[in-house]
Amino acid sequence: MIMNDLKIVIVGHVDHGKSTLIGRLLYDTGSLPEEKMQEIRKTCEMLGKDIEFAYIMDNLQEEIEQNITIDTAQTFFETKKRKYVIIDAPGHKEFVKNMITGASQADAAILLIDAKEGVKEQTKRHAYILSMLGLGQVIVAINKIDLVNYDKNVFDSIKKEIQAFLASIGITPSHIIPISSKHGDNLAKKSDKMPWYTGMTVLESLDAFDNKETTFQKPLRMPVQDVYKFDDKRILVGRVESGMIKKCQEVMFFPSKKKTKIKSIEVYGENPTEAEPGKSIGVTLEDPLFIERGEVIASADNQPKVTDEVEANIFWMSPKSLDISDELIFKCATQETACKVEKIMKKIDSSDLSVKGENASSLEETEVGYVIIKTENPVAIDNFNEIEELGRFVLVSGYDVVAGGIINKAK
Amino acid sequence: MPFRANLISDNMEHLEELESKSIYIIREAYKQFKDIAMLWSIGKDSTTMLWLCKKAFFGRIPFPVMHIDTGYKFPEIYQYRDEYAKKWNLNLIVGKNEDAMRRGISPKDKLMCCTELKTNALKLTMAKHNFKALLLGIRRDEHGIRAKERYFSPRDQKFKWDYKNQPPELWDQYKSKSDDETHIRVHPLLHWTELDIWEYIKKEKIPIIDLYFSKNGKRYRSIGCHTCCNPIVSNASTVDEVVEELKTTNTPERAGRAQDKEKAYMMQKLRALGYM
Repeated sequence: MIMNDLKIVIVGHVDHGKSTLIGRLLYDTGSLPEEKMQEIRKTCEMLGKDIEFAYIMDNLQEEIEQNITIDTAQTFFETKKRKYVIIDAPGHKEFVKNMITGASQADAAILLIDAKEGVKEQTKRHAYILSMLGLGQVIVAINKIDLVNYDKNVFDSIKKEIQAFLASIGITPSHIIPISSKHGDNLAKKSDKMPWYTGMTVLESLDAFDNKETTFQKPLRMPVQDVYKFDDKRILVGRVESGMIKKCQEVMFFPSKKKTKIKSIEVYGENPTEAEPGKSIGVTLEDPLFIERGEVIASADNQPKVTDEVEANIFWMSPKSLDISDELIFKCATQETACKVEKIMKKIDSSDLSVKGENASSLEETEVGYVIIKTENPVAIDNFNEIEELGRFVLVSGYDVVAGGIINKAK
Repeated sequence: MPFRANLISDNMEHLEELESKSIYIIREAYKQFKDIAMLWSIGKDSTTMLWLCKKAFFGRIPFPVMHIDTGYKFPEIYQYRDEYAKKWNLNLIVGKNEDAMRRGISPKDKLMCCTELKTNALKLTMAKHNFKALLLGIRRDEHGIRAKERYFSPRDQKFKWDYKNQPPELWDQYKSKSDDETHIRVHPLLHWTELDIWEYIKKEKIPIIDLYFSKNGKRYRSIGCHTCCNPIVSNASTVDEVVEELKTTNTPERAGRAQDKEKAYMMQKLRALGYM
């Protein structure tokens, strides 16, 4: 059976050992070229440090010298079952936008906790971001268990605490595993130092994950990306985000509500009659409609909501705080329109989920707001828990993405 | 329905997924920037990117294709370039730092040579044509520093890459260019591995320059200037054999590239200065 590769993000508090865990996984699966190990040995020697697996992922000069991950990085390894893309996400609060950049591309996550330090601020914040991003497949790895003498009691108490927190944000971890990245306990090999732990190793638990749910059974959504006029053909290009699109199918455009039929599906060098989610394609239409980027192709019997009011959770990730009067840009799939955050019903501290204010007028970096957004032009959207691709958006201020958002209710 | 549906999802294989994502990014870049060009080094990655551009625009490439010529390229590179530029009807722009070439800059000082003949040649060519975006075929698995890149990566007036303060990038929403940035680098192949590239070349039958194939027991795994590239020991003389070789190799791809090894962080310095 063909298994597509699985993208895993490693998250957790700073210094809890994310980069080291990845380095160790690469080393234990034989994914590191000998030359890379030599290079690391040499760099460590030059800096007068011991060999650190973390250096495999931390490649920036500043990262190695200060021993922290600044930006997210990706690397690859494989097991007998499939290929993996490992995404390293920085643990510092300062780099939370890099963490979100990494986590937004993942199918599953490993939440790492230092056995000596226990659950910390970024442990909770990262877990919360995972739940916001809709990442349900989570493993908890309790690291540096060697530093607490492989003690079952320490493991149990952290396990209890994190389980309770994750339950409060709707995450049920599939496994909670005691590990030592430094010594390789319970990563690729089962540890002989913890007879009290009989569960899976990290690699076994990764292999047990599913690839991201495919969306072909969901209603059709294909946002128009661009319109090409080559020769005498007008081709609407875009990616099928959910559902199937077929030749001769009757479709409707949103927000404009124009109707027509799909005349052909265009893929260079091929002649397809249908296309599945994830495919970048082109279509031609039976009727000569005027369609622009941003319109969403759907079927008349299962429509997205067309509205200028969106109820959402937004995660603010800009050092410049949000003021309720700010002019922003709302971008959802290929749609783009001016908007304002009209109301901040609640503002939430993402590290402990405490409510910091109701009917607030501003939002600071790393805070989550439960908000109502008013868009200048109507948008075609879905609830995140129904169709993810049309249920998430970003807010842009000037030229920069300042927030990610999840639609709770399309009003 | 479920049975049929499973069948469909299994068909959406790894390479198709990579291809679709790249085409999406190429189309996003072209939508946002009409003054865009792609950088073609004639190597396997940028030739694959060229192929993806052709697919994205149904057989034509609606923007110029730029080759930065240091004067130290392999003779085969020039030959291949001119042959396929004609065959694929490309709008080819050849960029050179003529002044530095006249001054006789040579790989004796590698950092200076790469900076003058590649980075500065690129700067001059970009300025001459006033390009606001550039498609580049770099990949995350090529070099540690490239693993940190974004799909849309801004460069400031001095072409500097501010790697410590990169924009967030989520859900295929990419950065737009601000006024104090000279251009945006777009990286449609970032998520591909070396093996993916070769498997795709095999699947699509993309014509690839023969420096990659073994002659007398040696082949190039990564190509650039003949002065700074060393061949590896290999008997892989066809695409199939290269794919097989890569499945078992334990040496990194750019092992033959001098600028990667010079000193710790040389690649980071080069990239921060605007190197490709």
